[in-house]
Amino acid sequence: MSIYEKASGIPALKLIEAAPITGRSPAAIAWSHLKSDRTAWISSFFIFIFLFIGVIAPIFPRILHTTPDAFHPETLDAELGAMPIGSFGGISTQHWFGVEPRTGRDIFLRFVFGARTSLSIALIATVIATVIGVSIGLISGFFGGKVDQVLSRLMEIILAFPSILFALAITPVLESVLTRAGLPDGNGVRIPVMIFVISTFGWPYIARIVRGQVISLREREFIEAARALGASRWHLVFREILPNLWAPILVTVALNIPTFITTEAALTFLGAGVIEPTSDWGAMLLASVPFYRVDPMYTFIPGFALFILVLAFNLLGDSVRDALDPKSSR
Amino acid sequence: MLAYLVRRLIGGATVMVLVSIFVFGLFFVLPADPARLACGKSCTPELMAEIRHTLELDIPLPAQYFRFVKGIVSGRTYLAGSEAQLDCAAPCLGYSYQTDELVTNLLKDRAPATLSIAFGASILWLLIGLSSGIVSALRRATWIDKFSQGAALAGASLQIYFVGLVLQFILVDKLGWLSSPGYVSPNDYPMEWAQGMILPWLTLGFLLSAIYARLTRAGMIEVMSEDYIRTARAKGLPSRRVNFKHVMRAAITPIITVFGLDLGQLLGGAVITEYVFNIPGLGKLATEAVSNVDLPVIVGTVLVAAVFIVIANIVVDLVYMILDPKVRLA
Repeated sequence: MSIYEKASGIPALKLIEAAPITGRSPAAIAWSHLKSDRTAWISSFFIFIFLFIGVIAPIFPRILHTTPDAFHPETLDAELGAMPIGSFGGISTQHWFGVEPRTGRDIFLRFVFGARTSLSIALIATVIATVIGVSIGLISGFFGGKVDQVLSRLMEIILAFPSILFALAITPVLESVLTRAGLPDGNGVRIPVMIFVISTFGWPYIARIVRGQVISLREREFIEAARALGASRWHLVFREILPNLWAPILVTVALNIPTFITTEAALTFLGAGVIEPTSDWGAMLLASVPFYRVDPMYTFIPGFALFILVLAFNLLGDSVRDALDPKSSR
Repeated sequence: MLAYLVRRLIGGATVMVLVSIFVFGLFFVLPADPARLACGKSCTPELMAEIRHTLELDIPLPAQYFRFVKGIVSGRTYLAGSEAQLDCAAPCLGYSYQTDELVTNLLKDRAPATLSIAFGASILWLLIGLSSGIVSALRRATWIDKFSQGAALAGASLQIYFVGLVLQFILVDKLGWLSSPGYVSPNDYPMEWAQGMILPWLTLGFLLSAIYARLTRAGMIEVMSEDYIRTARAKGLPSRRVNFKHVMRAAITPIITVFGLDLGQLLGGAVITEYVFNIPGLGKLATEAVSNVDLPVIVGTVLVAAVFIVIANIVVDLVYMILDPKVRLA
């Protein structure tokens, strides 16, 4: 016991023994926010489920002893215009989500394989759009001047295009060009075209945000210091600026994925996307339109799944943004 | 103000020229045989030869583009057949061989339906979105806020092609509350026109209001924490006056931006809505043209839609300038 303590009766050591104040990185702070966010956990869980069934899709045909493309005429009522026998679109132990009118194809299998197609197209497009958007945004913001003018004008033009309409219009043209170049007809051409179209219209949104951030970072002292030390432009852009941008990039990407998923479904629904026999949610919705009055279950399954998936991504995106942005509060 | 307007108009015109070059290049240069594409699916060798002749595909590309633009500005005359001539008055957007119609006339025929959808839906989504956003922001963390936020989140995650079908199934087929969606001229049959439009209006209105509700709420909450609002309250202004005069005015600017762009996009063709409800508007024209590979119509619809978006951008900037003194000075 120190003299001071004896005199005052206050234990002095306590103060020193208290947990040391450690600096936490912004990432650690954001992560601790996210960890305690129930919405983030629940939405991640749903996203994980969808990704998981997409990944393990090839297992299901073995369990159910049929394929997504196999016809099952025995499940259809020939007298009722080949509509599924049984309630709710023919749901049974064999066909968990019922069967497709006219063909009797298993909807559950088409659904899980459709998740595969829809999600892979959206995710590949996300990666491409992010890489292009971040690079162009970095270049445009960092170099400024003429480069920035040209790139900004390019973004402006792309944003001036009616995207869905243009995507619809460009598909047959690109298809004819690519088929001529030797790519296989059908989905072999259509899926790359769709990925191309979605990422082409997606990157300017990311680039604009990155560009804005770079312009404000460019003048900061640490960049000036690095420059004074003789760092190359390459080093400045990728080693100094880019690491400071991961938060806005992450948020933009999280909110972009659901948009890409719905764009993919919309394009396919409008007939410019994936075509038969490949399973796809948009294609299922399109195929269900003639039957939605008599067999609403067929429309409901892919439509509702799309809703849940997009909702989960939107909620997760909001959570990520809240976690990364110290100013935002709900 | 005038100088700014002129500058924006020149900027918009530049973007349009670039868009037209891009579209022209994409549809007339990229494909190996544009005549083949313009000819469509049911093509005969005679028709193709005629198209090659009428479109003057044998002259150099810059000259082709020049005639394309000249047609838009001052009209052109097609050498249809050997002796017959086809006058196409400005703005001449081409001639559809498949429907045997001038593209401009096709667009004129289809525009009223799209305009009708945009008119009703935009009023509805602004009303719903703004009011629920305002109520949410003023009654923060009450049940009404939670409810409207939940509805907004659901609306932002739902898709027209799903909701449209579900609503049609419930409201039209099961309950019989609404008549089937469709389009008739409002001049001849105003009642039937409104009845046929209700479902598209409701669907689009609900889905798009979601974004506005979220934007309004977030914007108002942000503005309400500003110092000048605190000052206004502190000096004893009635809260109604503070909320509507001071908060709304600052919070409304981003909403106007989004509204202008959404409306511009919609006027160029409510592609998915028209497709789902089978309404003969510009969007439906575009999807039909795409599925028939009717190249001249595709080019026309894309250009017209781009014009709407460019105009919307300019109008938004001007309104912004009037509302926001900070922008006016810059």
